[in-house]
Amino acid sequence: MPEKSVNIVIGGAAGQGLVTIGQLLSKAITRAGHHLLVTQRYMSRIRGGHNTYAIRMGEEEMLGGTETIDILAALNAETLDKHLDAMSAGALVVAGDDLDTKGLNALRIPYEKLASKPLFHNTAMLGVLGRAVNLDLGILEELLRQTFAKKGDEVVGANLDVLRKAYAWVSDQDHDFFCDIKPGGPKGRMMVNGNEAIGLGALAAGCNFVSFYPMTPATGVAMALVAKGAPLGLQYEQVEDEIAAMNMAIGASYAGAKALVTTSGGGFALMEEGVSLAGVSETPLVCVVVQRPGPATGLPTRTEQADLNLVLHSGHGEFPRAIFAPATPEDCFYLTHRAFDLAETYQTPIFILSEQYLADSYRDVEPFDLDDLPEVAAPLLEWKEGDYKRYVLTDDGISPRVVPGFSETLVRADSHIHAEDSSITEEKSLSVAMNSKLLRKGAGLFEEVIGPDYYGADNPDALLVCWGANLGACLEAMDRYDGGKSLAVLHFKQVYPLREEQFMDHLEGAGRVIAVEGNATAQFAQLIARETGFMTSDRILRFDGRAMTWEYVLKGLTDIL
Amino acid sequence: MVSIEEYGEYETAWCPGCGNFSIIKCLKQALAEQDLAPHDIIISSGIGQAAKLPHYMRCNMFNGLHGRSLPVAQGIKMANPEIPVIVTSGDGCSYGEGGNHFLAALRRNMDLTVLVHDNQIYGLTKGQASPTTARGHVTKAQPEGNRSDGFNPVATTVAMRASFVARAFTGEPGHLVATIKEAMTHRGFSLVDILQPCVSFNKVNTYAWYKERVHILEDHDPTDWAAAMTLSEEFGDRIPLGVIYREDKPVFGLGGRLAEHAYDKNDLKAVLQSYT
Repeated sequence: MPEKSVNIVIGGAAGQGLVTIGQLLSKAITRAGHHLLVTQRYMSRIRGGHNTYAIRMGEEEMLGGTETIDILAALNAETLDKHLDAMSAGALVVAGDDLDTKGLNALRIPYEKLASKPLFHNTAMLGVLGRAVNLDLGILEELLRQTFAKKGDEVVGANLDVLRKAYAWVSDQDHDFFCDIKPGGPKGRMMVNGNEAIGLGALAAGCNFVSFYPMTPATGVAMALVAKGAPLGLQYEQVEDEIAAMNMAIGASYAGAKALVTTSGGGFALMEEGVSLAGVSETPLVCVVVQRPGPATGLPTRTEQADLNLVLHSGHGEFPRAIFAPATPEDCFYLTHRAFDLAETYQTPIFILSEQYLADSYRDVEPFDLDDLPEVAAPLLEWKEGDYKRYVLTDDGISPRVVPGFSETLVRADSHIHAEDSSITEEKSLSVAMNSKLLRKGAGLFEEVIGPDYYGADNPDALLVCWGANLGACLEAMDRYDGGKSLAVLHFKQVYPLREEQFMDHLEGAGRVIAVEGNATAQFAQLIARETGFMTSDRILRFDGRAMTWEYVLKGLTDIL
Repeated sequence: MVSIEEYGEYETAWCPGCGNFSIIKCLKQALAEQDLAPHDIIISSGIGQAAKLPHYMRCNMFNGLHGRSLPVAQGIKMANPEIPVIVTSGDGCSYGEGGNHFLAALRRNMDLTVLVHDNQIYGLTKGQASPTTARGHVTKAQPEGNRSDGFNPVATTVAMRASFVARAFTGEPGHLVATIKEAMTHRGFSLVDILQPCVSFNKVNTYAWYKERVHILEDHDPTDWAAAMTLSEEFGDRIPLGVIYREDKPVFGLGGRLAEHAYDKNDLKAVLQSYT
């Protein structure tokens, strides 16, 4: 739990530039050596509505956001109206002097005086916010120089001028807000969100192919790959639909690419036919599903953890799979890298199940370590040991995979139940043998399962069981709880398969076991029950489209205990 | 020189007299005449009797899902632009289930050769109307006659200025071999719509019906789009065979062979640096 943190919420209508201000401020905060965690809330519209970009800035790493606001940067009156209830004692409002700040402790920016054109209002806001949290002016200046470099010296100069004026203006103002986050923490850290970290993890694994159909909140994964992967030889295509995305990636993988597809629940529903194809044809594939609330179009820009069952049961027929659920950008990076290795080794689809909150949540992270990453498995380019049979029956179920087009080895992939040489068969014993071979690969995947992480007291009065990005909210709620009962948190970053021996002692040793999930039916608790027979006693569920927070978990805990 | 025998002979699940026999024979002939060995090509197919073709010949193949042969083929081509990729599937697979993929693929214009076995009926599911079945054609599933217009693949592809559009007929094997070769040597998306009577379920568009109507084009300039457009509407008493339209266009996806790709760690470090 961070001893000291400041939660800055920038609010306004879509199109007013709140994301631009938020990203610049986040980057400056990261460069200043502070820790941060961003939570973005937005609506399914290009302009208007009410969006927020919340930056929690602290002296220690934070894994979750908070609902209490210390600085409210309002780009319009609606922002003020909507968030007054959440302001902490002594909180600061930052707004234009045309807005009524209701007598609160406020910095009312005289935009007319500081900026010659409305175009520069956001830069003025940045300067004021930067000063309010004691960022070094030089860091902000350098950031603006880099940001506007492409637009020429005149634009850079005009923005710097506004920035300096706004920064200086704050010093002459009378306000009580005091930011005591000490500067000078770790330097050289990256600022990435979950989607970007997945893209980078893919690149680090040698991913060189992505096909996608744009869908919020998953698009950022493909965008990161397109933006950063081209110099690394990445091939990409924005295709006609998710069905094409899936099948195109499968074709590319068959031909030797390290392929990734990325989508959200609705798009993934279309991809399922192809998931089954990857399963039976034994084609490696990494599939990123970034969850948003359904059913159907649901709450299209918000967050949820309700697609576990979809991914778990996706595709017709039976074949092995693994599902990872990252909690942090670091998880996104390292688990995606691992997903490529498993996909290649076991020649089956492997899933990254993320969620909107994590996808859009920027953090400061230690630069990812490229030197210590394990080697990712690769197919052969040629078969030198006699006749090649693509689906030869083996003890571990893994048949050597060769890429076509590099030798005289013929590589024949098939969507039917097939014989070892890929020819279609409906013969009984061969059908059973081939299906059993597919499932035998699952035993290897099972051996490689990453067990859950356990935090807190042994044999606690209550154990919070969570998965994915809910980890931070659970840990902070545990730390802040003072109700006299002992607590612990069990967090799964791999949600399938499950290996009982990795966690059953924890479940059985706790007084109460509380499932904390971002869905209405406790899908993961049900999965644990299915796999182990263990029934969780209580639930804290959130399915209003908002990210889990420590406040929400703590309230649930207090109600239960 | 590659001989036709290298592609093998297999027992098939096709009905005696099926047009597919002519297509596979002509395809093998066209490949042999181009000196392409079984490992020199990849065939992508969907589902249906036509789509089983690569199962009946020695070659690299990806036999995937109904309607999805084109996305798979394009993925293959992007991962390995150096190997000829042939798509072979039926009219239902190509124009029905895979209709959206078909339109997108011809816009994308990758260097693929698409052979559509067009028998104007769903054969494998025993005789329902397909996208190319004519209005009024009576089947068990359309007892009052097909209530939709037939899809005209030639007119559609010409209208969209596909890179290469041809029609062939299984009853004219010499012409079919030549057309496949021409389609394969053309750089870009090449469609050969192959009229292929279904002897079991299509009692209208029979060999005799086609024999009376088809004629091989002689004086047509395939680079003349307006003439191609007019010709593409001709499907009745007279049915033209040959290259209807041809245009050289930018070809999509000419990267390296991705199986040999290894990124430079320093390049990736620079990418990570851009996030600081």
